[in-house]
Amino acid sequence: MTLEKPYRDIPGTTVFDADLARMGYHLNQFCMSLMKPQNRERFKADPRGYLDEWPMSEEQKQAVLDRDYNRMIANGGNIYFLAKIFSTDGLSFRYAAATMTGMSQEDYAQMMISGGRLPESQGDGEGN
Amino acid sequence: MARITAGVTTSHVPAIGAAIDHGKSAEPYWAPVFAGYDYSKKWIAEQKPDVIFLAYNDHATAFSLDIVPTFAIGCADEFQPADEGWGPRPVPVVKGHPALASHIAQSVIQDDFDLTIVHRMDVDHGLTVPLSLLFGQPEAWPCRVIPFAVNVILYPPPSGRRCFELGKALRRAVESFDEDLNVQVWGTGGMSHQLQGPRAGLINREFDTAFLDRIVNDPEGLSRVPHIDYVRLAGSEGIELVMWLIMRGALNEDVVQKHRFYHVPASNTALGHLVLENK
Repeated sequence: MTLEKPYRDIPGTTVFDADLARMGYHLNQFCMSLMKPQNRERFKADPRGYLDEWPMSEEQKQAVLDRDYNRMIANGGNIYFLAKIFSTDGLSFRYAAATMTGMSQEDYAQMMISGGRLPESQGDGEGN
Repeated sequence: MARITAGVTTSHVPAIGAAIDHGKSAEPYWAPVFAGYDYSKKWIAEQKPDVIFLAYNDHATAFSLDIVPTFAIGCADEFQPADEGWGPRPVPVVKGHPALASHIAQSVIQDDFDLTIVHRMDVDHGLTVPLSLLFGQPEAWPCRVIPFAVNVILYPPPSGRRCFELGKALRRAVESFDEDLNVQVWGTGGMSHQLQGPRAGLINREFDTAFLDRIVNDPEGLSRVPHIDYVRLAGSEGIELVMWLIMRGALNEDVVQKHRFYHVPASNTALGHLVLENK
């Protein structure tokens, strides 16, 4: 019997479930390693070399190098784990979220100040 | 006897912690957020709780994907502020209440809720930002805190119903502890927000307003809202709101709403805050 997934039709949204957790295990554990300052320094000094220490897929590694958060999520990354990457970069949740929407930083920030994305707007990159 | 006197709910947005820690709370963006807690700071200084039972979610900090407990209770003497990738927040060490925590664990497990017992755990912004919002920047936190971590990251999280019933079991546990303690229960996280994917930035004021109304006046009905409704209507991270139902289950059916605050945005999030007292 396959797992029931009633949440798959929600636009622009990935629910982190058991299948993704297995696919993203090493990607997410790599992220956890960035909670130690010495690991952050090693990763910043040699990103590719640091990633090669983890048994991640090439696509996962490339998504990290590209800071392509949507692709990391599609490959099993979860945003709270991935937060360790943009925190290491000295960037905020708002910055990282904006990169996933296809909007500019300015437009995204303005959308939030104006009350956020309306529920009817399903993540087509147009904001409100 | 120990007794639960009040409940607090609040969002626990990490950027709020950063604003406090970096002295930005008076800036125009942040000032309206912190103004929403002026009442609560005075209120809690008068209430002087001995212990806060604080329901929050660990954000891939203490729990990696190696072990994902649905409900985890902190029974240690103390809990260190975590390094979440930018160094630990400059906040005091969180002092626990191992005797009460262990009593709650025993009582609640024997009441059919299978908790995970934790004796070592760093605590992240989910726990420390609410403390900062209510207590400011003291040298030491003025009371004991029992961290209670709820999995809302890996599907499936516990249902709102389960959280509400757990709150009731928590109340039975606290009231059977024979030390005279003033205990508050806090439920944190929410409100509507989505931090990931093309739909990031979602805010649903209508959903949040109804949630704030119903958690006070119709918690029983609210507890029956299914997981999928939270995700669809309040965003993938809006599911954190089930933790508010632990707080509400631990209070009387009838409560007095002492304070209510709602503000958009705090970073990517709709911020909600309630102060409730038992009638």
